[in-house]
Order: sequence, then C-alpha cells, then structure tokens
Amino acid sequence: MLRYLLSKLLTFVPTFIGVTLISFAFIRALPGDPIIVMAGERGVTPERYKELVEQFGYDRPILVQFWDYLTGVLQGDLGTSFVTKKPVWNEFFALFPATLELSICAIIIAIALGIPAGVIAATHRGKFFDRALMSTALIGYSMPIFWWALLLIIVFSGNLHWTPVSGRIDLLYYFKDVTGFMLIDSLLSGQKGAFASAVSHLVLPSIVLATIPLAVIARQTRSAMLEVLSEDYIRTARAKGLSPLRVNGLHALRNAMIPVITVIGLSVGTLLAGAILTETIFSWPGIGKWMVDSIFRRDYPVVQGGLLLVAVAVMVVNLVVDLLYGLINPKIRKR
Amino acid sequence: MQFRTFLTTTSLLLAMAGAASAQTLVYCSEGSPEGFDPALYTSGTTFDASGQTVYSRLVEFKTGTTEVVPGLAESYEASADGLEYTFHLRPGVKFHSTEFFTPTRDLNADDVIFSFERQLSKEHPYNGVSGGTWEYFEGMSMGDLIKSIEKVDDLTVKFVLNRPEAPFIANMAMDFASILSAEYADAMAAAGTPEMLNQQPIGTGPFQFVAYQKDAVIRYTKNPDFYREGLPKLDNLVFAITPDASVRYQKLQAGECHVMPYPNPADIEGIKANPDVVLMEQEGLNVGYLAYNTKVAPFDNPMVRKALNMAIDKQAIIDVVFQGSGQAAKNPIPPTMWSYNDAVEDDAFDPEAAKAMLAEAGVSDLSMKIWAMPVQRPYNPNARRMAELIQADFAKIGVNVEIVSYEWGEYLDRSKAEDRDGAVLLGWTGDNGDPDNFLAVLLGCDGVGGSNRAQWCYQPFEDAIQKAKTVTSAEERTALYEEAQVIFKEQAPWATIAHSVVFMPMRPEVEGYKVHPLGSHIFTEVGLK
Repeated sequence: MLRYLLSKLLTFVPTFIGVTLISFAFIRALPGDPIIVMAGERGVTPERYKELVEQFGYDRPILVQFWDYLTGVLQGDLGTSFVTKKPVWNEFFALFPATLELSICAIIIAIALGIPAGVIAATHRGKFFDRALMSTALIGYSMPIFWWALLLIIVFSGNLHWTPVSGRIDLLYYFKDVTGFMLIDSLLSGQKGAFASAVSHLVLPSIVLATIPLAVIARQTRSAMLEVLSEDYIRTARAKGLSPLRVNGLHALRNAMIPVITVIGLSVGTLLAGAILTETIFSWPGIGKWMVDSIFRRDYPVVQGGLLLVAVAVMVVNLVVDLLYGLINPKIRKR
Repeated sequence: MQFRTFLTTTSLLLAMAGAASAQTLVYCSEGSPEGFDPALYTSGTTFDASGQTVYSRLVEFKTGTTEVVPGLAESYEASADGLEYTFHLRPGVKFHSTEFFTPTRDLNADDVIFSFERQLSKEHPYNGVSGGTWEYFEGMSMGDLIKSIEKVDDLTVKFVLNRPEAPFIANMAMDFASILSAEYADAMAAAGTPEMLNQQPIGTGPFQFVAYQKDAVIRYTKNPDFYREGLPKLDNLVFAITPDASVRYQKLQAGECHVMPYPNPADIEGIKANPDVVLMEQEGLNVGYLAYNTKVAPFDNPMVRKALNMAIDKQAIIDVVFQGSGQAAKNPIPPTMWSYNDAVEDDAFDPEAAKAMLAEAGVSDLSMKIWAMPVQRPYNPNARRMAELIQADFAKIGVNVEIVSYEWGEYLDRSKAEDRDGAVLLGWTGDNGDPDNFLAVLLGCDGVGGSNRAQWCYQPFEDAIQKAKTVTSAEERTALYEEAQVIFKEQAPWATIAHSVVFMPMRPEVEGYKVHPLGSHIFTEVGLK
C-alpha cells in the first residue's frame, strides 16, 4: 500500500510542474493589460505606464518572470495580489474553507441521493421509477445553474420564507473565524441559534451545487449497476435465495462502485467550476468568486497562484480516489 | 408572512446593537472593497466602504449635490493669483478610538501633510507601502499641480500650486484626498506593519471600522466623536456584500437589508409597483457617447458628423438599451452639473434631412465601423445592443456599419489611436462635479491620442475651457463652459447618447437617504424609523 501511495505521489511532480507553467501562461495569454484595465476610462500616461510596468516587474523577460514565480512557489511564496496588496496564500486560505464547506455538503447530498436513485432506477429498469428518476437527472444535468439558483431563491426564500436569501450566517451573529468552517465556528462560538442559522444558509447553495454531480452520479450508478446485475454471480446469488436487498446492496453495489467513485472524483473539478456561479449568486465568500474577479482584473499573481492551489486540491482528491479504489478492489493496488 | 420575517430580522438586528434603541442599517453592497485606503484605489465600491464611512476630507461634497462645503477645514482661502490655498482646520476633531488603536491627539496639520505627501513624494516612507500607485492622485494630475504643502501652524496648512487650477478645491473633496492619521501611520511603521493602514483603517469619518470578512460582510459602528453634531444617526452600519443584483433585490424584499444599489434595469418596473420598497432616483453624473475620429475623412467634416447624429433615434436607445432608466443627452455634461447649458438645442432626429446633408457634403456609399464596448457600464448598460440600433439607423440613410469589439483593456487602449478606424462607444462618470472634469479630459487638445476619443482639438473650444481653468469666479467659469457647449454642439465631435438614471431601492423605514450625484453611497445622515 505504501509503495502504491508513493508511486501515486511521484506522478504529482510532472503534473505540478505542468500546472505551474499553464497557470503562469494562461493569464498572460489572455488579451488585456492589468494596468490599462485598472486605469479604466481614465487611462494612464505613457510615462506612468512605464513606471507601473517596472514596479510590477513586467518589463523583465518572460523567462525571468517565470523563474521568479517558480522559485517563489517552491518557497511557499505565491506573490501578492495587485489589487488588495495581500499575499495570495493568505487570501486563498481565508476563502478556501467556505468553498470546501459548501463543496463537502454538496457532494454529500449528491452521493446520498444519487447512489440510491441510480440503484432504484437500475432495479426498476424500464419501469416508471427508472424513467422518472433518469428524466429528472437529465433535467438536473442540463439546468443552467444561474437560473436554477434564482428559481430556488425566489420560491424558498422569497415566497415561502423557509431559507435566507444569501450569505453564510445571519448578520446578527458576529464571532471571529477559528477554523473558517461556519458550521464548526458557529458551534464553537457558543451563541444560541448560530449553528441553526449557518445550516439554514447552507441549504440552498448546497442543493444548487449538488445538482449536476447528483445527476451524473445517479446515471453512472444506474449503468454500472445494470452491468453488474447481468453478471453470473448475481444470478447465482439470487438462485441461492438471498434477499433482493442483499443481492443489490452487497453483491451488486459494491462491485458497481468503481466507476461511480471515478465519477465522484471527477465531479470535484465540476464542483469547483459550479462553485464560481453558486458563490456569486449566494454571496458565498469562497474562492470561485475570488478567481473570477481576479481574471477580470487581470490580477496575475492571484490567478496563477489560485489556479495552482485549486489544481493541487483536485490532485489531492484524485489521489484519495485512487487510494479508495485500492481499498475497494485489492486487485488494483497490486497491479 | 413577509412582514413577520422582516420583524424577526429587524428585532435580531436590534439585539445585535445590544440596546433596544440602537439603530443598525444593513446595506447590500455590490462588491468587495479592494482595501480601506481610498487613495490606493479608483473604484466606487472601495470608496463607499472607506472614504465615505471611515474618513473625512478638508472639504466635502454636500450629500446629494456637487456643491463643495467645509469639512475638516472650517474655512479656506485662495490667493489672488490662484496659486496658494490656505486651509484652516477645525479644532478638536478626534480620530477613531478602536480595539486596535487609541489616538493620543486630535487632528492637526501633520495629518493633512502626511495624507498628501505620501502620494506626492517618492521619498516618503509610505509612498511604496501596499504597492501604492496613487492612481487617482496621478489621474487628477495632482502630482504636477502641487508644488509644496506647508504647515503654517498646528491648525493651518498651505498648498502651493505650480499653476492656477480652479477645480483644485473640488479635487480636495474627492476620496483620494481623505485625511489619515499620521500618528497611526507612525505607530504601524514602528510595529513593522505599515500595510495595516489599508486593512484596519483609522479616520475621522462618521463610522468606525470594526471588522471585514472578505467577500462577505463589513461592520462599522458609530463614531461617537464625529465632528458634525448629532451625526451619524445610525449606531451600526453593516455592508452585506451581495454581488448579484437579483439576489440583492430578493434580500431587500425579505428584510435582510435596508438599502441596495444598482438594481437590474429589468426589475425597475416591478420595484416601482412593490409597496414594501421605496425607489429613489436621480440622473447620474455621467454621459454615454459615440465619438467619431475627427482626424479621419470623411469624419473630419462637421457636416458629416452632424448628419450622422441626426440619423440616430435616441429615444429608441433609451427605451431598448436603458429600458427607460436613462435620458437622451444633448450636451457632453450631465444636467445635474453646474453650467449645463439647457439653451442648447439637440440635433433633430430626421433621417431624410440627414441623408440630404450627407449628399451635400459629397459623401455617398459610406462604410464605417462602430466600436461596441464588451462590458456593462453605468452610462451604457449594453453597448452591443446600442451599436446594433445605431447600425440600423445608419442603414436607413445608406451608411453601412460594421460592429467591432475587443477585450476591455484592449478596447480602451486601441480606441486611443489617432488613426483609429471607426467611431467608438464609450462614456464617462464624473469625479468631482466640475465641468472641467468632463470637457477638458474628454475633449481638450491634451487628451488627443488619449482620453479624447474623438481626437478632436478645436481652438475656440480649447480657449474657452483653458480660460475657465484659471479664473476663480464661478459666474465667469459658468459663462465659459456654456459657450464651450455651444461650440461642441456646432462641431459635433460626438453623438451624445444618454445620461443614465441612478435608482436606489430601499425599505420604507429608511429616512434621510439622498442619492448622491457623484455615485457614492453615503449613510452619515441616514436613520431608521
């Protein structure tokens, strides 16, 4: 297992270098100059422009800039935002817990509803449940997040008043961040009602963010289950007289899980992409919104540093997925 | 149901202030401030969160107007040659006393000198702190304008200028001219954390900074020692950062906030019909225009420009692009600005006459480009749509239009070129309420190849605006700017399109709010019923 882990970790190195290079090149490949964007309609004189270019270090050869960036990254220095003048590292970790909290809740919802939905659809193949669940999944998958989120807000917050419109917690509660996870911090604060408020604020954004992964997981579970259910050993299990629950739950589902876990791992990337819109609509102070703002402002250090950290997060999740394969199917880790 | 939720929220907010009578206003702001030192930035969002809450200036714009009134300086005088301005500071003005800093002295001349010297002098220890580029200070040419700043005594400061400049006083009311505490700056420099000036601000403004949680919420509390007696009326002010306009409106309806800026134009009708929401409106201090390149034939001929202007159906643009939240523009400055010349007649919308005029100018089979901005701005909510409408209008007089666009930074840069091909859609939002800020910046000879997108340098116009810069008498300046607007209309370097209307939806219990023409959102005089 340790060798398996080490070999997986080794694949990190080329990926990391690749991501560093791509994140550096990506923002520079976009048209638009940060200084001109910053100055807006007001503009900037050529002399002033030259001064600022020097101040930001853009006048140096691109390879020198990359080398500085790379050596900085290796020393844990991702640079300082042009806009807020704060270290990228600090900004990322101030915002990342919010995204993580939302993503974890979303993925829990997606798994908790998606897998049973897939199993039910597979075991009722061609019948009403199958059709209803899969059509719902298709609608969920193709729904524009923006529209879906606003619809939920208008119905559940605007008309029914069941949930708050946006934010992470009611403004009544004010306490200092300890972990950055609102659910934990609200409990730690000891303020009455804070936890409930944090939960109620999480409901709608989690549902919105969970929608697409939920649909994908449900569909993947269904197809994987159908494949497994046609195997000989399932027929044998049924012939032995095992209960349908035992056959489906223990024998079929466990073996159908490998492709489902792959899909769950891949949805982490989708989640982060979905987080950009979800966070904007629900005024959720996470990294999605932060990255988009930075791209518009051509805030080079934030974009390249943020991309790098997000990529590392996705790589870590995929590593965990790989390790899970090993746990579920011992054949994989021996390969 | 809605009322009950609102009551719950309000009562919770009241509890937050710790006393039954405490007033807390929640403002659903549109974005996160870049920092809390207004001199470092240029965006209105940052100014709302810093300059207009935490800080005060030597002189201030009277809320709701562009009139300059005394602020931290109770009076000031200009020398006869217009080269020296002496400010007399109000005695006994206190800086905020907070959890993170306790001042030991009142405001004095050192604070004023610190606030400007750091922007003016490259040698100043705070010049490079927080990557200071002092964009607004430089943008308003203050670096070239100010020769020196002298302390006459503890409560008197003298600014010596390199040339007479009438808009100087209005500039001193702008956010970049906010007065910071030199004592706090020294303490932070000594502690090795000078960047705290931009993160935990200390000022003399109506509200004290309490905390900022990035992209989520900013909290302020009342400054009990604010120099304007009886103000602010609120005990607490909270900015709930809510980037999406539809969500802001939902929050306002649900009672989660009291005031919101920038509603969706499409929501305006619904807001007007909603009895639980009050909608305030005012013409914005801006102008959206189509600038011809007056250096390139046939647009170097005023007759051609005039003919094209007559072909544009502005009312259709107001209806479709602004969805009613705008008014047709006839002058290059907005009607809320002093010296606006209402006697100027707008070009009539008359395609037939326009066609005849083009023929008279000897122009036929004209093809041109129109540049459409890729972004939404207050003066132009949808440039692409606007360009399409103008394209259709021009087609009716036989002018073939190709619409082009670039990424925003590229757009701003490329549109400056003196040999640019095509007419550019752009606009401007006023900085200081002075006509010079529109006419000289956008149409002066110095701006050719830069902010003057029409590349228009016309001597009679230039003479009028240059003279208006140097005279200090308001009447004389008004007459000169009125004359300049007449010349502008005759020469038609732009098609003036529209001034947008600013809408501010708020809850009915908010009282004393005034929509500010300069775009700031100010809560100093606001209370809750």
